Amino acid sequence: MRHTLAILVENRFGELARIVGLFSARGYNIESLTVAETLDPQVSRVTLVTCGDDQIVEQITKQLNKQIRVLSVVDLTSLNHTEREMVLIHVNAEPGLARQEVLNLVGVFRAKVIDISESAITVEATGDRNKIDALLRLLAPFGIHEMVRAGTLAIGRLPVTNSEESRAELAVTEIRKRLTTTQNRETTTHESLLRQRRGS
Amino acid sequence: MSSVTAKARTSDRETEDRQSPSRELMRGARILCETLVQEGVDTIFGYPGGAVLHIYDELADTRHNLRHILARHEQGAVHMAEGYAKATGRVGVVLVTSGPGATNAVTGIANAFMDSTPLVVITGQVPRKMIGTDAFQEVDTVGITRPCTKYNYMVREAAELAEVVREAFFVAGTGRPGPVVIDIPKDVTAEQAPFFYPEDVQLLGYRPTSRGNAEQVKEAVERITNARRPILYVGGGVIHANGSDELLELAQKLQLPVTPTLMGLGCFPSGHPLCLGMLGMHGTYWANMAISDSDLIIAIGVRFDDRVTGAIEKFAPQAEIVHIDVDASSVSKNVRAHLPIVGDAKTVMRQMLELLSDERQLPSAERIAPWWRQIEEWKQFAPLAYENSDEVIKPQFLCQELYRLTGGDAIIATDVGQHQMWLAQYYGFNGPRQSITSGGLGTMGFGFPAALGAQIAFPDRPVIAFVGDGGFQMTAQELATAVQYDTNTKIIVMNNNYLGMVRQWQDLLYNRRYSAVGMKNTPDFVKLAEAYGAIGLRATMPGELTAVLEQGLSTQGVVVMDIVVSEEENVFPMIPPGAGLKEMVLR
Repeated sequence: MRHTLAILVENRFGELARIVGLFSARGYNIESLTVAETLDPQVSRVTLVTCGDDQIVEQITKQLNKQIRVLSVVDLTSLNHTEREMVLIHVNAEPGLARQEVLNLVGVFRAKVIDISESAITVEATGDRNKIDALLRLLAPFGIHEMVRAGTLAIGRLPVTNSEESRAELAVTEIRKRLTTTQNRETTTHESLLRQRRGS
Repeated sequence: MSSVTAKARTSDRETEDRQSPSRELMRGARILCETLVQEGVDTIFGYPGGAVLHIYDELADTRHNLRHILARHEQGAVHMAEGYAKATGRVGVVLVTSGPGATNAVTGIANAFMDSTPLVVITGQVPRKMIGTDAFQEVDTVGITRPCTKYNYMVREAAELAEVVREAFFVAGTGRPGPVVIDIPKDVTAEQAPFFYPEDVQLLGYRPTSRGNAEQVKEAVERITNARRPILYVGGGVIHANGSDELLELAQKLQLPVTPTLMGLGCFPSGHPLCLGMLGMHGTYWANMAISDSDLIIAIGVRFDDRVTGAIEKFAPQAEIVHIDVDASSVSKNVRAHLPIVGDAKTVMRQMLELLSDERQLPSAERIAPWWRQIEEWKQFAPLAYENSDEVIKPQFLCQELYRLTGGDAIIATDVGQHQMWLAQYYGFNGPRQSITSGGLGTMGFGFPAALGAQIAFPDRPVIAFVGDGGFQMTAQELATAVQYDTNTKIIVMNNNYLGMVRQWQDLLYNRRYSAVGMKNTPDFVKLAEAYGAIGLRATMPGELTAVLEQGLSTQGVVVMDIVVSEEENVFPMIPPGAGLKEMVLR
């Protein structure tokens, strides 16, 4: 089954390699991967789509959590969330009927034309995976020269409440909760752990 | 949680301190040594080279009081540090140069990673400006060691050196221990910076769990007291956590049978009536039968390795599994745990003992008496056995004699293979940190340098390298190290002129078509020892064995005992690859 993981990791040299290396070393699959800074520039957010049965995904989550610089791992799949992909497409659009048809499709899909030449246009579209697939399928007969697709982005749904203010508050609480539940067990201070090791 | 704040958000006070001009400027090499001393390091195993010249220059400064042990190969240095760490429970420290120094260390690092040994390995690197230019002795050490370290660092400036070293020791020694590599460019060790030893480590994403979840621990205790056929399956995690006393108390209180893994040997006294001996591929028949038929496995500090479980789909079909481990990713990795408890083995066992403190509430021993009768029957049915001989020394007899002469009190390090399995079967380790072996990676050549490292930690304790003729030849050059530092290390070479375990598999699984397993040009180990300035002894007949062992063990200095044993002996019992634990081949 397909799983979408949201990973917060310290924004440091080599950390992405560590995450990707973990997948290749243990034979797990990466279907798509996006990574960028969060509001806190010290932290990056990785959205990673993988597939595997429950046991494999559990193991992936644990292995990710075990990484020293990984701050949190959330499997969004089972949570209420939204996914988006983005695609840029060079498609044939000769002046006349063909161009009209392509532009119609662009309109229906609420995509955008971002570049145009005598015989082709560049389309920008965002949406979930199915929508992007459908657009590509429908544009294919016109002749797609080149296509570039970004990895999946995913974000949890906001809880519905009455006021804007409490909505924002709830979102923050939710994120905090997730951060702590992934590492919810009792923690001991570094010092006491060290003492314990040295002492006994 | 309060002690943990984002690393980047250091407090204002610290920032001020760092910029304060009153702090003494030092070169990176000195900051490194000062920090090592602060971490309590007194011994470093290493090998010098161009990229670490500043550090070696600093080591020559007697103010640090850091003892450096010069190995004869970087692999040997890492194995020595691992032996030192395993015997003491402290973090072992290694210092090697860039390029080949680092790559030679990789086998040792991977070995420590598989066996969860705390190490800090410092590797030199070419100067920062030359990184990425394919400079002389340049290799991407951080890239190469990433999959076989718990964590690794490239130090970018002298000012962050102390913090990195502090963090490295913390990461290596806590939670599930493991090796940490610190790669230091040469110019960083020459760069001047203020020395600042951080008071605490700030790692937001790393918080090893110590106590088990109270509800889960309570449930575990309930299951244990209700089980009819319980068994404790215990491993290296108990030793890392220094949990032997708690284990003994727990087992005795509930009269539970105990079976240790190879890595757990000694965590429970081998001669104890509750001890069933090792389980797994070459474990005892009764330990394997007991775990297969049990209704509750209490697994502590183990990882359900394939050498333990045999065919996983046939493993303990009726058993519920309580799995206690400090590493959450070890739980339910190979075998699904019905009750997972993430926590330090010692702490969780203490929590369990607290719940069992009321003697009146303990279940009566009668409840599991039939279980013990069954285990006794298995034991009678197929005890460990071999046919002794008057003409040739049997390796099992060698292990028994060694046990008799040392009383189970020696620290013994082994490689991987037949000798390792026979020692596990016939040498009853009395306590933890006595058995030092290459379990996960199965590294030939590990035993001798590891024993040497343990001997350097404990100069007055009996330390023995028990190795095969194949493995010994992989790191025999460390005899020079053993002699140079006036150690008392004893090396027993179980010499059968074969790569014994590979030969055994070819014998049993490939119709005895031997392929590249005969070691026919084995050197004269007595002369080899003498060439290095050590003492060499040899026993070829059973009648000579005891005298040679007695003499060798009681002689001061480094002694190599070449024990010529029967050539084509096989280790039994054995679970054939792909079979279940109940499908043991007894002989």
